[in-house]
Amino acid sequence: MKITVSGETKDVADGITVTELMEQEKVETPEYVSVSVNEEFISRGDFSSTKLKEGDTVEFLYFMGGGSAA
Amino acid sequence: MAFTNEQMERYSRHIILKEIGVKGQKKLLASKVLIIGAGGLGAPAALYLAAAGVGTIGIADADAVDLSNLQRQIIHSTADLGKPKVLSAQESMEAINPDVQVNTYQEFITSSNIMDLIRDYDFILDGTDNFPAKFLINDACVMAGKPFSHAGIIRFKGQLMTVIPGEGPCYRCVFKNPPPKDAVPTCRQAGVIGAMAGVIGCLQALEAIKYITGTGELLVGSLLTFDALTMEFHKIRLPKKDPDCAVCGEHPTITKLIDYEQAACDWKPGEKV
Ligand SMILES: [Zn+2]
Repeated sequence: MKITVSGETKDVADGITVTELMEQEKVETPEYVSVSVNEEFISRGDFSSTKLKEGDTVEFLYFMGGGSAA
Repeated sequence: MAFTNEQMERYSRHIILKEIGVKGQKKLLASKVLIIGAGGLGAPAALYLAAAGVGTIGIADADAVDLSNLQRQIIHSTADLGKPKVLSAQESMEAINPDVQVNTYQEFITSSNIMDLIRDYDFILDGTDNFPAKFLINDACVMAGKPFSHAGIIRFKGQLMTVIPGEGPCYRCVFKNPPPKDAVPTCRQAGVIGAMAGVIGCLQALEAIKYITGTGELLVGSLLTFDALTMEFHKIRLPKKDPDCAVCGEHPTITKLIDYEQAACDWKPGEKV
C-alpha cells in the first residue's frame, strides 16, 4: 500500500505498524521521536499497536538542539 | 514619529515593499525582540533584526566568545575571543544600526529570571542549544502569553516552528518532555554545518519580522524542516494544540517553571564531552 512518509510517497507492507515503519525508515533514537499520522499525535505507547492504512500521512518529529548555551 | 532622511534611505528596501511600507517599518522601530542565546542561531537573527530596524533588541547569553564558536556564530569576530558574547553581539548590532537599543543580559536563563526577562518583549527568539532551555522558554512564553520562535540545528539539518500561545500547538504539545541527558545527540557531539545556523537563524528573524508587521503566514501549527544534503524544505502540518498538553492544555499540570538538568552544546577546550 502507498503512504506518505515525511512528504514522500512510499510503498509499504499492508498493515505496517508505526514501530515497524520507524525500523524500516531507520529512524534514529526512535524512543525520542514524536509521530503524527494524518495530523494526529500517536502516543508513544501506541506505536507498536498502530497499524497504518493506505493513504496515511506519517510525520516523524525529531528533537533538535543547536544554537547557544544560554 | 516621522522618519529622518537617513532612515528613509536606510529602510527604503523595506518601505518599498507593499507588505511592510512606512507603517510596517514604524512597527519594527517600535518593537522589542528578545533573543535568548547569542550563538549559531542568535547571531544571524540578531544581525538581521538590527539591520531591519527592530527598535529594541534584548540579547541573553552567559558565555564568552570561544574559538570553536567562530565557525558559525558570525556576530562575533576573532578579536572578540574571551569577550562576553552579549557585549560582542551588542557591538556588532550597534555598528550595523545606531537606531537600535540593545539590552544585554549576561546570564543563564532559569526558572527564576526568565519571566522578568521576557516581560517587556513582544516576541522571543529561542536560539538556545539545549532542551532544558527550550522547554523553559516554551513554558514561560505559554504562561506569559508571549509569541516565540523555536529552532534547532544539527549536522546538515535544521527546523523551526512559531508558537503563539492559544493559537496553535506549543513545543511541549509536540515533544512532551526533554529527552534524558545525552539521549539525543547535540551539535557538540554530532557537529553542525555553520551555514545551517545562518539558514535557520535567518528564518527565525523572518518570523519575528512577519509577526511584528502582520505579514504573511507564520509557522504556527507547522514545523519547517530543512535538509542541506538534499536541499529540501519540508513543512510539516502539526496536529492541533494538544488538549492534554501539560502546559497549554485544558488542565495544565505544569503551573510552575522547571529547571531541567542537561549538558549544553558548546564545546570548550578541557571540558568533558
Ligand atoms: Zn502545548
